[in-house]
Amino acid sequence: MSGIRATHELHARRLSRNLGVAVALAVFVAIVFALTVVKVKRGDPLQGFDHVVRPGMEVAGS
Amino acid sequence: MPDLAISAAHEHEPTFGDYVALLKPRVMSLVVFTALVGLLVAPASLHAVEAVAAMLFIALGAGAAGALNMWYDADIDSVMRRTMNRPIPSGRVAPDEALAIGVGLSGLSVVMLGLATNMLAASFLAVTISFYVLIYTMWLKRRTPQNIVIGGAAGAFPPMIGWIAATGSISLEACLMFALIFMWTPPHFWALALFMRSDYEDAGIPMLTVTHGRPVARRHILAYTLLLVPVSLWLALGPIGGPVSLAAAVVLNLMFVWGAVQICRRDETVAQCDGYAAEKAFFRASLFYLFLHFGAFLADAVVRQAL
Repeated sequence: MSGIRATHELHARRLSRNLGVAVALAVFVAIVFALTVVKVKRGDPLQGFDHVVRPGMEVAGS
Repeated sequence: MPDLAISAAHEHEPTFGDYVALLKPRVMSLVVFTALVGLLVAPASLHAVEAVAAMLFIALGAGAAGALNMWYDADIDSVMRRTMNRPIPSGRVAPDEALAIGVGLSGLSVVMLGLATNMLAASFLAVTISFYVLIYTMWLKRRTPQNIVIGGAAGAFPPMIGWIAATGSISLEACLMFALIFMWTPPHFWALALFMRSDYEDAGIPMLTVTHGRPVARRHILAYTLLLVPVSLWLALGPIGGPVSLAAAVVLNLMFVWGAVQICRRDETVAQCDGYAAEKAFFRASLFYLFLHFGAFLADAVVRQAL
């Protein structure tokens, strides 16, 4: 009779996949954040939901 | 018994490495490198964060196209020795999952490249993915011996996308970089087809070696290699070229043409006797040819910046 194994090889594969996906998502979030900072700091014109530039959305004095 | 049950129930339980393999990382490295050179030699510069994001999303788009290619070609991949260990034919990734990853990453990469750089670059990435999947994989690959000649355009777009990401427009230099990879692709793949011998025939792919015979393929390798020379020299003498590119173009083309002449002179008996040594050497040289050529453009760009 074999003893109960805490982890199966299957769990190792799942852990690898979950960690990989987590790191990929974290990198994606970091890139989107960094891109946002760069574009906002450079003062790119603000766009509406339809990607049309809306000067009226600019905060006065900014 | 419980172990067997678990294994059977979770046959398609991939690791993260299997997902990475689905994106064809080796092809991706060539895409990233050529796109990076296209971006860096362009007469405009992006912020470092935008450049890194652009490279990442171009690479992701190339990987997504690779995943869709593996999904569609799983049947022939399982027949060919070179591809039978890929994630889908080996059972590590389910076909539906590969399709979902390919479609999802395609959309994500195009949208994000558009947001990070410009819509023209994103459009070209979308065209590249569509061309590779719809024109090459689904249409040409199984129908015509010109499959890799026309399909090679998909692999030639990355430096152009890098250039457009930086400048927002298309120019002659971008088109010439496209032409360099486009003309380089047929000799590269036909050399592979020569030493992979029956692989393509077993899979029913009408490679030139299968439909027109090996002597014709050998002559075609020489013809395309000769056509590659003026494109390479034009680039080296143009605005993105310089002394390093010119020296590289002369040396690399001499070596490449010499290799093609050797292949053209040989017949199957001689090739079989030495285990396709010349064909394998030419294939390896073709990889160096492209890396060193684009590396030389980069070196000239660095020299221009320093002066």
